[in-house]
Amino acid sequence: MAEQFLILRNPGAAPLSELPILPFDEFRSQALAAIIGRKARVVAFFAYAHGAAQRLLLILASDQEGKLLLSSSEIEGAFESFTPSSAQFHWFEREIYEQHGIMPKGHPWLKPIRFDSPGSNADEPGVCEYFRLAGEAAHEVAVGPVHAGVIEPGHFRFQCVGEQVYFLEISLGYQHRGIEKMLRQGPDKKSLHLMETCCGDSSCAYSGAYAHLLESLQEDLCPTERTQVMRMIAWELERLANHTGDMGALANDVAFRPTMAYCGRIRGEFLNMTAELCGNRFGRGLIRPGGMGYDINDAIVAKLLPWLQASGKELRNALELLFSRAGVLDRFENTGTVDSKTAANIGMVGIAARASAQKQDLRSYHPYGWYRENPYEAAWAESGDVYARALIRYEEIKKSLAMLEPALKKLPPAEKNAATPPLSLQPKHIAVSMTEAWRGELCLCAITDEQGRFEQFKIVDPSFHNWYALAMALRGEQISNFPLCNKSFNLSYCGHDL
Amino acid sequence: MLEILKSRLLQGYRAGKFPRRAPVMPERFLGLPLIDNSLCQKDCSACLQTCPAGAIQKESDGGITLDCGKCIFCGKCARACKSGVIKFSRQHDLAAFERKQLLRRDASYSYELQPKPIIRQLCGRSLKIRQVSAGGCGACELDFNVLNTLAWDMARLHIQVVASPRHADCLLVTGPLSKNMLLALKKTYLSMPEPAFVIACGTCPISGGIFAGSEAVCDGIEEVLKPDLYLPGCPPHPASIMEALLRFMGRQMRPMEGDRENKAQKEDKAQEGDKKPEDSLKA
Ligand code: SF4
Repeated sequence: MAEQFLILRNPGAAPLSELPILPFDEFRSQALAAIIGRKARVVAFFAYAHGAAQRLLLILASDQEGKLLLSSSEIEGAFESFTPSSAQFHWFEREIYEQHGIMPKGHPWLKPIRFDSPGSNADEPGVCEYFRLAGEAAHEVAVGPVHAGVIEPGHFRFQCVGEQVYFLEISLGYQHRGIEKMLRQGPDKKSLHLMETCCGDSSCAYSGAYAHLLESLQEDLCPTERTQVMRMIAWELERLANHTGDMGALANDVAFRPTMAYCGRIRGEFLNMTAELCGNRFGRGLIRPGGMGYDINDAIVAKLLPWLQASGKELRNALELLFSRAGVLDRFENTGTVDSKTAANIGMVGIAARASAQKQDLRSYHPYGWYRENPYEAAWAESGDVYARALIRYEEIKKSLAMLEPALKKLPPAEKNAATPPLSLQPKHIAVSMTEAWRGELCLCAITDEQGRFEQFKIVDPSFHNWYALAMALRGEQISNFPLCNKSFNLSYCGHDL
Repeated sequence: MLEILKSRLLQGYRAGKFPRRAPVMPERFLGLPLIDNSLCQKDCSACLQTCPAGAIQKESDGGITLDCGKCIFCGKCARACKSGVIKFSRQHDLAAFERKQLLRRDASYSYELQPKPIIRQLCGRSLKIRQVSAGGCGACELDFNVLNTLAWDMARLHIQVVASPRHADCLLVTGPLSKNMLLALKKTYLSMPEPAFVIACGTCPISGGIFAGSEAVCDGIEEVLKPDLYLPGCPPHPASIMEALLRFMGRQMRPMEGDRENKAQKEDKAQEGDKKPEDSLKA
């Protein structure tokens, strides 16, 4: 049986009629064959109701070919779970069961991931059975949802013997706001703002992915060259701010105060640069479908350039200092290791995946916008520990800084473009758009109805793939290393919970 | 050791002058909206139609009311209005003690400046805060956390985040209150010593913000906990948060606007030498 997939490039759209609807057995075997044969990764796997029918939709990414493979199948109430054959599916299948009550038969444990009806039979969020380590010496540590610091809510259960963690279970859903449901029947005046607030620290990655999604669904919405450069500036400033903040937090967790103090301030410089562009430190309102909410004028360029140079210099200094300390390296190295095989098995993405020797970065392998014309070489490391995750950030900070300066100096001239045309999306289409948010791969997928409205809207935040990786990193670790391991991933609760 | 000292020299002294001096807000910052209803056209509803948050109401006597407690400060209404009724100032000071003070019908700046005597009496000199995120996008938490960095350093003003609600004077809530956080929020509140004050930080806890109407959220905390202070913003700028906390404590850190030549500022000028140009508000 020849392989049947709808092939898209990122971002891309196609008429729904081109999406194959396969009998389930074929759907399953072709998907597994692509995962093994083409080294494809699961980008998204979800169910939706199409009239009276229930459909499964699978999006795979083949990084080496730069292609997205889409396929679907119609099922009735249940299907044979993929998880025993490929662990990448396990979180997606829990989501499918929770959202639709569709049973993936053979899945080891279909616990709710967001405590959102109808598949969730828990009375209260977090109130359910947990993995348990039995034995006299075993003990359990439960933390959250409200934590000691100023962070988002999540519940963590550690099964320990003495100081050693045997298993960490992570239970989320506290930040669930029902965003995917609110997006249905859009696009409307709320949609863009909802995208920007899926995950507040990745607003530009989200608004950018959303802009690309709509642009692929409407021909006359086409961004100018200047827009492409300005979007890249927004994305890389966002990456810089977050990476810098994380480096400071990592320094803090190993009690190296100088870098913590410097990075805490320098992170703010990048946020303030973004605020210079659009008034908001998180880039709200900066990117919109078809163009930009704000232009970058000469006065801003003149202000940003020296500011960027000074902050870049100070940041390099703060990080060189961090990486030159033996005490810091000793704490970073061999802590919270996820080996490359595990990383591939569980489908990790983003900085954490690159730190575990996975060669994937959408900017390099599925380039979009500015990165199409300006090849980006992904940073990657092999050791998979806290050190590697810190190192990737350091490398990416250097790369982002190197991209920003020339871009600001050579902004393409403003074209007198007519006002953005009103939104009218192609009816009965499917579109996929992905951006490399600072944490990793962000995927948006929309299916439009006869009127060109969103019949389905699926969001897969990078943290959706990676929370389980944090649990894996903790296996066999000292429980006191949890804060450090956690920071080295710095995953999003709200992005996961939506 | 030598490298640490060298680096310390390079990094310099970067603590900000705020709150002793007014903050310098970004050029494009959208702060307190100023309304001029005398310009409002009777049969126009452009602002209402464009507002994603349902923050604007047309009044029967003509003119509009803009509810800062719902506004996410996107600025679309100001662009949609051809008559110039709505303008956004760069005023960062947005907190109010009463919900109704957030309803804007004019260009006044008349928020009540005096705190409630009981708050000033108990927290006038030191404020211990427990923060709870109840839904939301995490941005409010990030910009509140920024107040711990050296450029803002709220600890020098005796404001501190404490790890346990048992040690807290007040609860600072962010997010629209997701149904899944209802139980945890209640439990946290009940663990606090009385009188447990509540600050709603950001537009979400005031009204649900952009998430209002979703079946997964409660449209703000008001039904469950009555806030003692309302701070709109999406998210509020760190300067807005710090100003709000000081306002809450009843502390006046600098003379009122207009009184330019004052002692604190003269002192600042004397120290100007050791300061880099743009460090007044970088955190
Ligand atoms: S700025 Fe506020 S009131 Fe104006 S459109 Fe945006 S949310 Fe509505």
